[in-house]
Amino acid sequence: MRSLNGHRHEITETVGKWYSADEVMEVILKDRLFYEESGGGVTFSGGEPMLQEEFLKEMLQLCKHNEIQTAVDTSGSVETEVFKAVSGKADLLLYDIKTSDEAVHIENTGSDNKLILKNLEWVKENGPDVIIRIPVIPGVNNNNEEMQRIRDILVTLRKRVKRVDLLPYHRLGRQKFENLGMTRRAGIKGEITSVEIKGFMEVFSQGGFPVKKGG
Amino acid sequence: MKDRVKELRKQSLEAENRLHHERAMLVTRFYRDELPSYEPVPVQRALALKYILENKEIYIGHNELIVGERGPSPKATPTYPEISLHSLDDLDILDSRPKVSFTVSEETRNAYKETIIPFWKGKTNRDKLMSLMSPAWIRAYEAGVYTEFQEQRAPGHTVLGKKLWEKGMLDLIAECDDVLARIENDDSPHTNEKIDQLRAMKIAASALITYAERHAEKLEKLASAEKDKRRKDELKEMARICRTVPANAPSGFHEALQHYWFIHLGVITELNPWDSFNPGRLDQHLMPFYSSGKIDKEKARELLHCFWIKFNNHPAPPKMGVTAQESNTYTDFALINTGGVKEDGSDAVNEMTYLILEVIKEMRLLQPSSMVQVSKKNPDRFIHKALDIIRTGFGQPSVFNTDAIIQELLRQGKSIEDARNGGASGCVEAGAFGTESYILTGYFNLTKILEICLNNGYDKRTKHQVGPKTGEAGSFSSFEELIGAFGKQIKYFADVKMEGNKKIEHLYATQLPVPFLSLLIDDCISNARDYNAGGARYNTSYIQGVGLGSVTDSLTSLRYHVFDKKSISMEGMLEALDRNFSGYEEFREELVYKTPKYGNDDDYADRQAVDTFNMFFGAVDAIPNHRGGTFRINMLPTTCHIYFGAVTGATPDGRKSGIPLSEGISPVQGADSNSPTAVLKSAAKIDHIKTGGTLLNQKFTPSFFDDEESYSKLTSLIRSYFRMDGHHIQFNVISAATLRKAQKHPEKYRDLIVRVAGYSDYFNDLGEDLQNEIILRTEHGEE
Repeated sequence: MRSLNGHRHEITETVGKWYSADEVMEVILKDRLFYEESGGGVTFSGGEPMLQEEFLKEMLQLCKHNEIQTAVDTSGSVETEVFKAVSGKADLLLYDIKTSDEAVHIENTGSDNKLILKNLEWVKENGPDVIIRIPVIPGVNNNNEEMQRIRDILVTLRKRVKRVDLLPYHRLGRQKFENLGMTRRAGIKGEITSVEIKGFMEVFSQGGFPVKKGG
Repeated sequence: MKDRVKELRKQSLEAENRLHHERAMLVTRFYRDELPSYEPVPVQRALALKYILENKEIYIGHNELIVGERGPSPKATPTYPEISLHSLDDLDILDSRPKVSFTVSEETRNAYKETIIPFWKGKTNRDKLMSLMSPAWIRAYEAGVYTEFQEQRAPGHTVLGKKLWEKGMLDLIAECDDVLARIENDDSPHTNEKIDQLRAMKIAASALITYAERHAEKLEKLASAEKDKRRKDELKEMARICRTVPANAPSGFHEALQHYWFIHLGVITELNPWDSFNPGRLDQHLMPFYSSGKIDKEKARELLHCFWIKFNNHPAPPKMGVTAQESNTYTDFALINTGGVKEDGSDAVNEMTYLILEVIKEMRLLQPSSMVQVSKKNPDRFIHKALDIIRTGFGQPSVFNTDAIIQELLRQGKSIEDARNGGASGCVEAGAFGTESYILTGYFNLTKILEICLNNGYDKRTKHQVGPKTGEAGSFSSFEELIGAFGKQIKYFADVKMEGNKKIEHLYATQLPVPFLSLLIDDCISNARDYNAGGARYNTSYIQGVGLGSVTDSLTSLRYHVFDKKSISMEGMLEALDRNFSGYEEFREELVYKTPKYGNDDDYADRQAVDTFNMFFGAVDAIPNHRGGTFRINMLPTTCHIYFGAVTGATPDGRKSGIPLSEGISPVQGADSNSPTAVLKSAAKIDHIKTGGTLLNQKFTPSFFDDEESYSKLTSLIRSYFRMDGHHIQFNVISAATLRKAQKHPEKYRDLIVRVAGYSDYFNDLGEDLQNEIILRTEHGEE
């Protein structure tokens, strides 16, 4: 917490608050007019929102009932049964793909990418539409070959992919780490230049995908 | 941009703001040596204008295309001693004050010392006005409960309609003659009065023709001496134009702009109306002179550039004291309207709209101000083009809701056509252009009134019982009782203010009529009645509420801490306020950070905004004024929230004594921690349609405009707010870091313009407290 004169206080700040589904819905509905004017809706994100399967399904149901469009921001690394149950109720998925390479995936996230690719396979057959989000991380996936491999995967479910968002790695989370008393994880060095991003965007637009930086 | 325009623009930017004695000397000579005392006041006023226009210096700048300056040269600003007189001390302050200063030459000082002051001392309108005010009015005025616009400036605040783009002065003289012929033999006791009014109007119309002809003569002389063939032809053509307009209706594009400009000068030379004057719906008015290839687009652009520079050459007349504090700026609030709907209700956006938007972007000048009227019928492209300019961060154009303006005007009883021909002027004020006299009378300090209410009608700063005794705050057993007492105080001060304004309106109607302005606004000619005396079709008097965010958060804090949570007694709260929170630092943090605030779409907090608004509305709306019209409210501050903050002690929202109040209907600076949509939702809870304008400031850093989708996001944000009947929204787009640098190195940021409140200003010309406030606003947007 920042005090009036800008000094930090040695007190704990409670962040977050418990909400029931109906209470969340009340907050969502307050902005209905803005969704209507902008053609937008609600995005459920996390963490991994699918880890709260029951609550999320209830929210999606309530939104559908109120004619509000929904998107779920997921890593895709979720048990397939859960994934199917949630995805079937959402209008759109924001789907993260970090790398096509299993070893690289394990090295950087601690788990493999089998589920991610399998769930994407399910989407191909059953929907809903997806926006693919690729965090571009220095030393991990910032090379053309990797981007081309991801593109090759996307080609197999072309009609489901509405857009590809490239998210350049940034350091804005620094403050959060400090607030949590954590030192930043080492390992990632360097920056993603805008020239680099332009090249990667080219990879996807050549494949016929709408692509955007940030998102 | 043509070289000519670059040169004129640079000249305008670099011209020194000077106070010049020319007009004051001429008006003094007229009243001293030339006054026909047998003539009635309106005729005397018309003759005074004639005398000035016949004798003032004619200025024609190198390579100018549009001619005419109010003073002897650009930014040489006149004074109006018949309204209020600058003392020698005032001149010294104006000359030396760090912000919004006016250089006073030795010659001007001497003219004041030897001629102007000796003649006008004790005889100005301001002297008369102050002597008419009741002790109750004076006490409240001195306590800072309200301000009075007409103390140093004349009523005006109006906008030219369609008529004058289709008529010349000779047509108006003929109209006056028609009315004269009609009423000549009337038996009515007012017939002589009416005849005098029309005679005065005719004299004023002829005076403007003479003034234009003097320009023509000088242009012809310059032409015959000019060596350069191209310029020689230009000068000849300009002379021809000045012999054509404003005597006759304009027929070409160049003529139309010159025609308006002479009329503008007529209005701001006759007197110093608050909010100079305004061509209004410029894209509508100019389109007939532009459409179907009547003029080459680039030629039209160049002429518009020259037209823009003319506005920038004319700072607001030098203000002093409270008036300087409530509107501390060189801006004289000529607000160019674009877009909106036509008289038949259809989409009015045209080619000229887009050309004017380009001109605004290219000129990047403080004056004129500009705005876009957005109706649900206008295309998104129109908004996108406006955002193209807004993103460059000089605070123009501001964005208005045409559909709300029309509803506001209809509610006040205007015809649908007059409402659709209207728009906004000044900061945000809705009006029926060409048919309405809508006079702003002064700002109203809602937060101060709450402070007075909490002290049982007593003002601790001036140590006077200024309001009625509505009960000791500690004796209120419920929040509703407190609200009831607050409502009584609002009503009391509104009544005192309106009683004063009726006398002031009478004073202007009888002592300072404006025959020239009366020619322009319907139906002054056919009513044979002066603009200041109720001659216009609609006559509205506005009181502007200030500090809605601050007063709302203060009431909410009392409701929350004293009445609901009972965490502190009323006496305890008042004690903390008395001590300006000294020794109550933790409590103040709770007030600032742990108390519901207006601007977060929280009904608990927003209810107090609605209550306050409704009480203010109920106290003022539909009360008859002196001109046959009514009082109305609007919600805007200009820079008055700074002055009002300075005279208001610590408040229950945690604001310390002397700190600026919130501006317009925006939340308290930094209190909106939720989202831009929540601010809009909160702001839309008050009924904008019951006002004549509200002002909402949204701050965005440049990064909001980087992304491709941002335009459509901002467009839908605007459309959403307008769907909720929001009246106006403006965007400030500048980074806090830039502002800090500008504060440290003002010399490097001379052209930095920021949105203040309903208008833009050079950052350098703002007082340090206002600069700091804008930095705070901006940082908040960046978090």
